[in-house]
Amino acid sequence: MQQIIYFFLRNKNFLLFLSLFLLSIFINFRSNSYTSSKIINSSSTVVGYLYDNITNIKNYFNLIEKNKKLIEENKFLRLGIINTNPDTISNSINYNITTGNVIKNSYNLTKNYITLDIGRNQGAEIDFGVISSNGVIGIVDKISNNYSRVISILNTNINLNAKLKTSNHFGTLSWNGKSPLYVQLKDLPKQAFLKIGDTITTGGNSLIFPKGILIGSIKSYKLDNSQNYLELEVELFSDMSNINHVYIIENQKINEIRSLDE
Amino acid sequence: MNNIVKNITSAIAFILIQCLILNNINFLNSVNPLLYIYLIIYFPIINNRTVFILFSFLYGLSIDVFTDSAAVHAAACVSLAYFRPIFLKLIFGMTYIHQVVKFKNIDLKQNLFYISSLTLFHHLVLFFIEVFDSSKLILVFEKAIFTSIFTILLIVLLNLFLKNK
Repeated sequence: MQQIIYFFLRNKNFLLFLSLFLLSIFINFRSNSYTSSKIINSSSTVVGYLYDNITNIKNYFNLIEKNKKLIEENKFLRLGIINTNPDTISNSINYNITTGNVIKNSYNLTKNYITLDIGRNQGAEIDFGVISSNGVIGIVDKISNNYSRVISILNTNINLNAKLKTSNHFGTLSWNGKSPLYVQLKDLPKQAFLKIGDTITTGGNSLIFPKGILIGSIKSYKLDNSQNYLELEVELFSDMSNINHVYIIENQKINEIRSLDE
Repeated sequence: MNNIVKNITSAIAFILIQCLILNNINFLNSVNPLLYIYLIIYFPIINNRTVFILFSFLYGLSIDVFTDSAAVHAAACVSLAYFRPIFLKLIFGMTYIHQVVKFKNIDLKQNLFYISSLTLFHHLVLFFIEVFDSSKLILVFEKAIFTSIFTILLIVLLNLFLKNK
């Protein structure tokens, strides 16, 4: 017994190091799947509050640019109103939209997250989709009462259903961790007819995003290792280093659809 | 007592500088210097090792909370703290074993070597855990080396700044 205690005392630093190191690795691995520890993320109240204030100060410096973007967007929306017919409006009533602001954004890591200033109190929930005026941004994965954390599309763990705008061939959108300007679309059937510059949108197979939200344009494509599927390099429409106002999309029929799968 | 207060205040200052300013630099889209390891690199040599390791863990974890990086920084900081004596022994040799190394008066060449080796070690551990994919080893090395250059540069600058003061 004494021997064991001596052993622990002699190696206490090594054991401490080992346990802390393994603990960190464990936290890290758990965070790779959706469920992870609740403390270590920036939607916690203290850190959220801090980022909120800093963003307030920052916002004063780019008001002009933001106004320009809003005007652009208004223009786009007005065009949309003019061009929609009553049929599509009744279809899209499944989705509810809330707006929010980005208070923390990263795009330089391999697992990037964005923090928004809206939370449960403002009607956001986990698994809501997040888009900007230019395209898809990510998916809400953690939430507190006033803040929420979004898995950015620039996160090596994200997988989205995406399709060609012109046809219904779909594949899986993910990111290889290299350039924040490009994401990769995999498993697209090779019989899909496409050319460089074609638009990629969200596919209808996802419960999170409605069909047809813009993602990016094709920059290059090649056959993958199996020679049966195409692998595309997609240039994002939204500049992930410069996002501010975002829209959070709620699929109101999500539970109904999910109950079918059970 | 005075030392503890001093270390904690500088830790908070480093965390805030790192998370609110340095993490927004994004040089070439993805390179951010990690100046915060300055505190671990220049932690007083005569210390209680257990406390030092625990301190580094909490320090790294606070960076993680800000950057949403799920204990990646904590793991790298703990390794840095645990393996620091080995680097000290390698670089300062007998002066370290006799416990007469003073960070204030080591010569520039030795200092630079010390900073670079520790920084590179920390960054390699950090990015290896963050990416954790054997097929992306080149990406890990690329990131570690580019970030290290930036970090080393900033640490040297901070050194000069503190010296002149």
